[in-house]
Amino acid sequence: MDSAPRDGSDIEQLIAERAFRFPSRHFLSVAKLTRPDADALLNLADAFVGLNRRPEKKISTLRGHTLVNLFFEASTRTQSSFELAGKRLGADTVNMSPRTSSMTKGETLIDTAMTLNAMKPDILIVRHSASGAADLLAQKVSCSVVNAGDGGHEHPTQALLDALTLRRAFGDVAGLTVAICGDVLHSRVARSNVGLLQLLGAHVRLVGPPTLMPSGAADWGVEVFHDMKAGLRDVDVVMMLRLQLERMDGAFVPSTREYFRYWGLDAEKLAYARPGVKVMHPGPMNRGVEIDSGVADDPAVSLIQDQVEMGVAARMAVLASLAARLDNGPAAGGV
Amino acid sequence: MSNPRPIAIQNARIVDPGSGYDGPGAVIVTEGVIAEVARTATIANLSADIEIIDAASAMLIPGLIDLRVKTGEPGSEPKETLKSASRAAAAGGVTSIVLQPDTDPAIDDPAMVDFILRRARDIEGVHVYPAGACTQGLEGERMAEIGLMHEAGAVYFTDADRSIGDSKVLRRVLSYARGFNALVAHRPADPYLTAGACATEGELAGRLGLAGAPAIAERIMLERDLALAELTGARLLVDQITTADALETLARAKAKGIKVVASASINHLRFNEVDIGDYRTFYRLDPPLRTEADRQALIDALASGLIDVVVSAHAPAPAEDKRLPFSESTPGAVGLETLLPALLAFHHEERVPLIDLIRAVTIAPARLLGLSAGRIAKGAPADLVLCDLDAPVRIDADKLQSKSKNSPFDGRMLQGQVRLTLVDGRTAFQLA
Repeated sequence: MDSAPRDGSDIEQLIAERAFRFPSRHFLSVAKLTRPDADALLNLADAFVGLNRRPEKKISTLRGHTLVNLFFEASTRTQSSFELAGKRLGADTVNMSPRTSSMTKGETLIDTAMTLNAMKPDILIVRHSASGAADLLAQKVSCSVVNAGDGGHEHPTQALLDALTLRRAFGDVAGLTVAICGDVLHSRVARSNVGLLQLLGAHVRLVGPPTLMPSGAADWGVEVFHDMKAGLRDVDVVMMLRLQLERMDGAFVPSTREYFRYWGLDAEKLAYARPGVKVMHPGPMNRGVEIDSGVADDPAVSLIQDQVEMGVAARMAVLASLAARLDNGPAAGGV
Repeated sequence: MSNPRPIAIQNARIVDPGSGYDGPGAVIVTEGVIAEVARTATIANLSADIEIIDAASAMLIPGLIDLRVKTGEPGSEPKETLKSASRAAAAGGVTSIVLQPDTDPAIDDPAMVDFILRRARDIEGVHVYPAGACTQGLEGERMAEIGLMHEAGAVYFTDADRSIGDSKVLRRVLSYARGFNALVAHRPADPYLTAGACATEGELAGRLGLAGAPAIAERIMLERDLALAELTGARLLVDQITTADALETLARAKAKGIKVVASASINHLRFNEVDIGDYRTFYRLDPPLRTEADRQALIDALASGLIDVVVSAHAPAPAEDKRLPFSESTPGAVGLETLLPALLAFHHEERVPLIDLIRAVTIAPARLLGLSAGRIAKGAPADLVLCDLDAPVRIDADKLQSKSKNSPFDGRMLQGQVRLTLVDGRTAFQLA
């Protein structure tokens, strides 16, 4: 949308124009967003894409604010994406991985959060292996909480960056048919994407083996397919999900090779989709398990690298709009 | 707290399911026993030394008998002791409690049964009866000393929350228990289908990203349990039935003449899975809460008598065990103090007749265990509860007598205020 080159001051002007005050103190789930909220966040994120492409990437929106990355579950991509987003907005960012420290000594999630809270961070970004963990923290701390993935529940900033990627690739999300494929049962990415894509007017399909499909998925307002070729027929977008390898060995599916045969994305299955189809993956990919390298690396169809880029911009939009709530001081305007 | 003098309770509305009586009445209590029951508001020619209690039309019922109670004694006393559980019971109109054997150490030998009974005598609270384990360490493998525990005073046998997955083991437990005419309670939940789950599989659990077990896991295990009860001729208590599907199975078995009775927990009668809302861990229960359709079927089954007994499923869990992510929190809820008012809600909602509600917590469990309590009859123990049927009660978890405050009724309005609880004629609770 805003791919036309702008000079630096133009971009900062645009960011200021699109400044948005997040509707609530925390960002825990896409379920609480309204359509105007989502559009405003995406417009702001779009402006940040421009900022991230110029040589001088740092602005002062979050100057003086402290951001804590609290990752109970390992993550390279999401954690560095949030860290970069915070730093480019001028915040002080701290990374914590309690799985290697006090949590093993019996300190609970709440204890860790209360300790961090006492250090007065402004925004706490949390990833945890239990569904609802971010909700629980949000009830106990005085700062803003951003859910960076809670168990099999939600990963709302992933959905936002996926929507941003799609909007830039197709112009609009409304009317697109998107197939989300693979391990839907355990996927927080799938849940957040179903919610946000539907909010933005897309048609959503879920594709995967019955053992990896939540039993109530048919009630989510989506179409459920177990045959991937049928599920991909005439879709505009294929969104692949990561499959944890420990679930492959006879537990949920019989073997890696059988999974790839029926639900791995290769050129043959992709041919059922609409011409101009785009492929996405939240990463990290299991090449040869859920996705064929030829597809993943094909610049004509793959949006996977764009997703990573959009991740930083989308998270900057979330952080900036949460910060706009935090105070009414000079930072509230955005730039 | 003892009442050496005889007591007369007058102007009461006696509700006694044992005799089927619901009407005006008065009773005289002497030496811990009900000496006289009158179906008139007052009793004439009372002796001069008698203490007269004017019920002022309040409901007088037998003290409740709760077949499923956990405390933390021994092993986890900070959660709940026999003493604190006893206080909670008395405040809730419960005069007899049956303890689950999943303590630490487990109640799986006669010495433990004896220990519990001696501790209970020292406390002088409500009547305490231990249930013994079916298998050693509740591990579902080797039979515990059912005969010796039965003789020592264990009132039934159960592996508590655990299902015995090995059909051979349960078959032997049932056969062996039958030799002592002992009652065996078993949780119908397929252990493989329910492993790792913290909610009922379905749209809600799927959306919340919670690991769910299919509701059918209950029926699957119940079908087997009933077949084994039929094979062995043992008396089986279905521990906390929760699903509509399993109720159909139960009805067929009863019609066939299999010796089976079933309990339901007050939690599954009052709440459904939607109460979990945003991961509220006070609604994490075992078995997990079900759909509203299941709950409605459960109420209908209570009304029809298909469900014989209602239990509190009292399971204290301190804040540190509940202030965790949903899947990591400890399941269970305290319920001794809320059982009666929560049950009375079905009377106020005109869903189940009052006398049938009271039956499920008094005479029905008494007959199951062969107790002389649970009735208002001459010669029966003076375990009596005076309750203002219509009085509103706001449940405030912080004010509960239990050491743990994990009540799903916290903040809710109920009706039915216990005014007085007598245990063997002693005042165990009196409303301030």
